[in-house]
Amino acid sequence: MSEKTENLVEIKHLKEYFNINVGFFKTKPLKAVDDVSFDIKRGETLGLVGESGCGKTTVGRTILNLYKPTAGEIIYDGKSVKTKDDIKEFRKKATMVFQDPYSSLNPRMTVSDIIAEPLDVHKMYKSQEQRRERVLELMNYVGLNSEHASRYAHEFSGGQRQRIGIARSLAIDPEFIVCDEPVSALDVSIQAQVINMFDELQEKLGLTYLFIAHDLLVVRHISDRIGVMYLGKMVELADAKEIYDHPQHPYSVSLLSAVPVPDPKEARANKRIVLSGDIPSPLNAPSGCPFRTRCPHATQKCAESMPELKEISSGHYAACHIL
Amino acid sequence: MDKRPFSMQVDLDDFIPATEKEKEYMVTMRPPSTFFKDGIKRLKKNKVAVFSFIVIVIITLAAIFVPIFWPYSYDQMLGVVPGKPVDNSFLNLAPFQYGKSEIDQMAAGEKITPHIFGTDSQGRDYFIRVVYGTRISLAVGFFASIIVLIIGLAVGSISGYAGGKVDLVIMRIVDMIYSLPDMLMVILLASVMKQVLESSLDGTVFEKIGSNIISLFIVFGLLYWVSMARLIRGQILSLKEQEYVLASKAGGARGTWIITKHLIPNCFSVIVISTALQIPSAIFTESYLSFLGLGVNAPMPSLGSLASEALNGLSSYPYRLVIPAVVISLIVLSLNLFGDGLRDAFDPKLNV
Repeated sequence: MSEKTENLVEIKHLKEYFNINVGFFKTKPLKAVDDVSFDIKRGETLGLVGESGCGKTTVGRTILNLYKPTAGEIIYDGKSVKTKDDIKEFRKKATMVFQDPYSSLNPRMTVSDIIAEPLDVHKMYKSQEQRRERVLELMNYVGLNSEHASRYAHEFSGGQRQRIGIARSLAIDPEFIVCDEPVSALDVSIQAQVINMFDELQEKLGLTYLFIAHDLLVVRHISDRIGVMYLGKMVELADAKEIYDHPQHPYSVSLLSAVPVPDPKEARANKRIVLSGDIPSPLNAPSGCPFRTRCPHATQKCAESMPELKEISSGHYAACHIL
Repeated sequence: MDKRPFSMQVDLDDFIPATEKEKEYMVTMRPPSTFFKDGIKRLKKNKVAVFSFIVIVIITLAAIFVPIFWPYSYDQMLGVVPGKPVDNSFLNLAPFQYGKSEIDQMAAGEKITPHIFGTDSQGRDYFIRVVYGTRISLAVGFFASIIVLIIGLAVGSISGYAGGKVDLVIMRIVDMIYSLPDMLMVILLASVMKQVLESSLDGTVFEKIGSNIISLFIVFGLLYWVSMARLIRGQILSLKEQEYVLASKAGGARGTWIITKHLIPNCFSVIVISTALQIPSAIFTESYLSFLGLGVNAPMPSLGSLASEALNGLSSYPYRLVIPAVVISLIVLSLNLFGDGLRDAFDPKLNV
């Protein structure tokens, strides 16, 4: 590539609504992702955090066109991804690692078939020998034993299965990987191994990640920048360090106050901000700012209009009226 | 090191680190096992299923190979020899009895194959007729279920995978077909097809089987696939929500790839089981259609038509009804038991 754009992926006003049956022949849109815009720079890791059901996973899947976006634009490497041909090309460069290592591997396929599936789909090898070599190379990347190639997924532990899933996503030599909570189904010691592997692979292969998780410490460890989502909207976006040290949006502040601190003295000194109430149903989202029902600083203005995501300091964006 | 008697001293030789070779020896890898192998293993443990399978194999092999070396044929009237007066002694022979000319031949030292089940009212060897009948019944059962399988699999998987409006339309058609009385349709079609097909079948392989069996196949193809289609649709509906399907999509796979590589292999057990259970039901249908006189063309026998013919001489020759009835029961029962065994062995919900 002669000319490289700085942003590998640009998301502009992405919306994803699902139609939910609410009665006989009546549907209502569920706004899973509502007007989200952000960029991912080449070679960086963008972390995406938020509560369950805030639309993190949907963002990831919509970017890869696994769900057809209701509105908005996905620009990959300077080109808009829209038509079927665009998507086909895009699929050769961007893949996904899934959350559940148990259901994301077909129980009827051997490990080598699972890993080689994207190669088979795109016909990216010339001979069986080449296919086998590529599979072994990938297994080597993720730290799997080559003797495991002819085995079935159910014979492996969760961590090993996740490695198989990662090897599969690396098969097509991607530039961009959406990691959809890749470690939340694993126990802590395995989490560390897998996270470090993600880091190493990024260094070795020059990958760009969109890293979705709800474990804030994990995200902090791996991300360059972090986006915080609430009820389908991006409420804050900044460098990882900045957002941990100086969170601005009231939601981010309360979210980060919930992060456990290893030092008990410090932990006692920190005051945890507990939000009252539940997250509202995305079917009946509140007017204006979605967070106003639980926000300690909510004013009349918050009910009337949705705050824009604006730059409050260099590279630090937040969507709140009081800032 | 010397060890003093009665001392508590630890024997240091027990604590030498293991060599690489010893370590390797401890690590044994279980040979990779496939779902299919596991299923077969479980199936082998089920004695009833294994026994049924053996019965099916014996009956099938007999139906295929016995007619090759058996000296009589299914339509050969033993008493009728060209150029000679009809020998009535061959009619209605009891089991292991012989006709007049055969007794003469045996007296002359020739070996004559016995009529194991006797002969029928036209002097035809009953054993070979039962064997041919079994052949027809098995063939009908087998082909009918293949037809059902192919149509059901195609419609079911497309309907389940496509979902939405396609699914809605296909399922309403299935509902309509479900509501048709199938027996009535078979009888109607059989009588209509008789006139249409009869002339075009002349001179082909199907002539001997007759138009009725063809119409039976057509009815199976038109009507009986619906339950198979529903079953497979249900399976696919739940399977397509699995993340590996999404992963495959993310890898750029299309519908056909996903259906053939992911969805169908994963409902394979259901497919095999319901096909195995479909065979006896097809055999049964053929048998009672033949019994009603809508089956194969005479003189080709089928188990149902043999039973039907036997009704005429029921009080004198009851075994002629009993034999085909027993064979039908044996085939249907062992196929059903084998199908049940297959389900127990392959149904993933029972794999604990």
